[in-house]
Amino acid sequence: MSARATPGVAGAAVRSLYPIVIGFALAYLMQTVVAVSIGDYYSKILIDIGIAIVLGVSLGIVNGYAGQFSLGHAGFMAVGGYVAAAIVYYGSIKLFGTKAIYGGSLGPGELLLCAGCIAGGAFAALAGWLVGQPSLRLRGDYLAIVTLGFGEIIRVLLKQTDDVVLSEKKVAAASWWSLMDNLGGGFGFIGGPRYIDAKNPFWVWLFVVVVCLVAYRLKYSNRGRQLLAVRENEIAAEAMGIKTTKAKVSAFMTSAFFAGIGGGLYAHELGNSLRPADLGFQKSIDIVIIVVLGGMGSISGAVIAAIAVTLLPELFRSFAEYRMIAYALALIIVMLLRPQGLLGLQELWEVEWRAVGRSIVTAPVRLGRWCVAAPGRLRAALKAAADRRQEDRS
Amino acid sequence: MTAAVAPAAAVAPAAAAAVPALAAVRLSKSFGGLKAVTDLSFDLPKGGLHGLIGPNGAGKTTVFNLLTGVYKPDTGAVHVGGHAMTGKKPSEIAQAGLVRTFQNIRLFGDLSVLDNVRIAAGVRARSGLWRSLLRTPLYLREEAEIRARASHLLEVLGIAHRADEIAKSLPYGDQRRLEIARALATKPSVLLLDEPVAGMNTVEKKAMRGLIQSLRSQFDVSILLIEHDMGLVMDICEQITVIDHGVTIARGVPTEIQSDPAVIEAYLGVPDEPAPTAGEIGA
Amino acid sequence: MTKFVQLLLQTLTLGSLYALIALGYTLVYGILRFINFAHSDVVTFGAWVAFAIAGALGWAGTGSPVFAMPVVMILAMAASAALGFTIERLAYRPLRKAPRLNVLITAIGVSLLLQNAGQLQALFGKDPVKMPRLLSEAPLFKVASVQVPWVDVALVVLTVTLVIALQWLVFRTKLGQAMRAVSWSEQTAALMGVPVDKVVSITFMIGSALAAAGGVLYGLKYRQLNQTADALWMLLGLKAFVAAVVGGIGNVRGAVLGAVLIAFIEVFGAGYVSSKMPDLFVFGVLIVMLLFRPAGLLGTATVEKV
Repeated sequence: MSARATPGVAGAAVRSLYPIVIGFALAYLMQTVVAVSIGDYYSKILIDIGIAIVLGVSLGIVNGYAGQFSLGHAGFMAVGGYVAAAIVYYGSIKLFGTKAIYGGSLGPGELLLCAGCIAGGAFAALAGWLVGQPSLRLRGDYLAIVTLGFGEIIRVLLKQTDDVVLSEKKVAAASWWSLMDNLGGGFGFIGGPRYIDAKNPFWVWLFVVVVCLVAYRLKYSNRGRQLLAVRENEIAAEAMGIKTTKAKVSAFMTSAFFAGIGGGLYAHELGNSLRPADLGFQKSIDIVIIVVLGGMGSISGAVIAAIAVTLLPELFRSFAEYRMIAYALALIIVMLLRPQGLLGLQELWEVEWRAVGRSIVTAPVRLGRWCVAAPGRLRAALKAAADRRQEDRS
Repeated sequence: MTAAVAPAAAVAPAAAAAVPALAAVRLSKSFGGLKAVTDLSFDLPKGGLHGLIGPNGAGKTTVFNLLTGVYKPDTGAVHVGGHAMTGKKPSEIAQAGLVRTFQNIRLFGDLSVLDNVRIAAGVRARSGLWRSLLRTPLYLREEAEIRARASHLLEVLGIAHRADEIAKSLPYGDQRRLEIARALATKPSVLLLDEPVAGMNTVEKKAMRGLIQSLRSQFDVSILLIEHDMGLVMDICEQITVIDHGVTIARGVPTEIQSDPAVIEAYLGVPDEPAPTAGEIGA
Repeated sequence: MTKFVQLLLQTLTLGSLYALIALGYTLVYGILRFINFAHSDVVTFGAWVAFAIAGALGWAGTGSPVFAMPVVMILAMAASAALGFTIERLAYRPLRKAPRLNVLITAIGVSLLLQNAGQLQALFGKDPVKMPRLLSEAPLFKVASVQVPWVDVALVVLTVTLVIALQWLVFRTKLGQAMRAVSWSEQTAALMGVPVDKVVSITFMIGSALAAAGGVLYGLKYRQLNQTADALWMLLGLKAFVAAVVGGIGNVRGAVLGAVLIAFIEVFGAGYVSSKMPDLFVFGVLIVMLLFRPAGLLGTATVEKV
């Protein structure tokens, strides 16, 4: 019996986990080949893109799949970031005796980073549960406001924490429990070892692969389809037997988990500072923009949007002042003209490219026809308005 | 090894079969001051096909909402297959086997036809988040079974050729069929159909009539339907309950209902006074 | 005792401020079932426009004439009404039939646009300014040894006047009747001949004017105007929104009641409990309210048709 079962289990394990292996390979390639060849400047941009992908795709799970509009994603990012920072910084001192970078690639220091990020994610998921339980019983716009409120509450609470303990001796002597309150307050969590930089993007890309894998497998699974059902028609979903609140909370927690991981990565990137002021409503909106522009519920859409949103300000530095204005206009125009965003619920490989090509090719013709018809249509509209005014008066 | 096995308890087969698939006991519901449903009771036997009719605004969909847990009844009880379901959540009642279609179609519009049915088919799947993400053998087996069952249902309902189309783009008649396919995918014991032929032409209605009747034997369901099309109702329903303003005004077999004066009055009103002649006005 | 009276006075003035802003939220929600995310930015706009107008009319320094305040106020309210009209016409009206979520996102976009455009050098710039002293901060009278400055009196009196005027408008004029009809059922009102689009536009304009009044009075009382994207403005608007929800969103009297309550919680909470986290109390109230009584204190719950 067991002789037959073992190859079955092994086979199943391979089928289940091979994408992670590919992820490791990819991340390794990104670090050893890509980062080296494109140089530090572009490598850093790629890292920022990677973190944006993690945040955007994770938000897509709750905003896109479940259709629950959360405006507090930065709060979960903050929870994860701070937990990771505390574990890596204080843990580094307690375990290795130093707060500097310790060990090389995949060395003990980096493994601590990985553990810190995952722990950050776990705490963020817990926060997601706490926030989700009450909030997810509320309807659309109220849910948005409440999640916004929770994000702000998290931010305010983090601002109240005590200063980070800078003396290594004091840290080594203190207990974990007492250190939990020393997260930097309004100044932010300063002093953590920055493992992630232009030459060392491995962990970012590993987690990018993990997030995308999870998002993909979730979307094309029974549980994922249940989330989509809740998004499409919650009453019908409930009437078919789906426990909608449970589904929504589960989506919330998963989304928050990866937001936490994104926060942990963000906190350890060279050049970033982890401050409550940076992780408030504005940051949540930045992530929402990615999801709205890319398409709520599309993984490839979120990836494309994350690339665009991170890359464009870099390419057009002189227009930095107008960045937010451009995004604001983009939001409005997208909602007015193409509310599903770039890809809607579809993935890049699900788009009917032939139809897209056709509409591009015929665009000049259609534009021409519209121009020719426009004066006539304008005249008709003005006349109709005048007639209506005439009617109102009589 | 014989042991004094007690002879199988003399379970009167008649008694076992007597547990109705669906029972409403004195249901009442008010909204503010308005009494939407008053003291409604009925039994739907296993394998039965009953109708619930009444003029517009009589409270029929409210009754469905009470049965499916969307509203909590003020008084009264709902039993599905003998189990009390009063006050339970809609998802619990659906899991217990009572499933409905909607008057204003509530499909998962942006999803494919197949996905609509697959979602309902997977409602009792055991694989949770972890198993789904890890694609364990149990999960893969369940997915295959879900897909097979959903495809089969689409074929039975005659919409298999539209499996990959987006639900909201379907013609109206097919949308109604999809709703029924979706409901059936949950393996219900009781099916509530809310105006299944509304808006259909004669040809579609005829097809739907045959379909509804065949559902009972094909899927082992008991059916209660709300309808305005009297022809259909009188034709296929074994028993009909008539309500008006939330009150039951008649219950019986179609022939009885058709000649019931209270029913006629509710639908058509009472004959008017004869018009005054010219000589009587201003006299 | 002095502290209590001081806090009470603060509650009245802050509550008045919140009331003016909350009324805008509640009017728009009552009519369209839509939370106007960009409302707080109209408050900011009103304050800054008032500053700009005062400067343009030469009243930026000391010694401005008595009629300066009303003139600036009225002009700022008019400008904001125009802004509100434009926003509704261009961004919200096309989405009247769209899912609620789409309009919410659009509103967020409008809010971001107003905030960030306002910071452009061409408009209001990035530096905080000080509102000119159009209202004296000298004490008008004393209550239990607490000085009550002109500013506070004007704030409360103005608010009360505007609220009474609004009440009269909504409950005793034909326009108000039209507004109430549209808030009950847009379709039926349209069938009865109510010009729904016009009513909606006017509602937005009134809400925006009240928001501007709030902004101007805020500027006159607290004097410091931070740049338009500063979180301070958003927080102000958010708290006024909480006030509207607590009172029962869609209900005019509810907005005022909620405003006073929220101000009370914030002021007395900071005064007697902890001065570090007044915002937390307000958010906590919002969450508790939405969980246990989403219709608010004076509101009525709406049921979705299945």
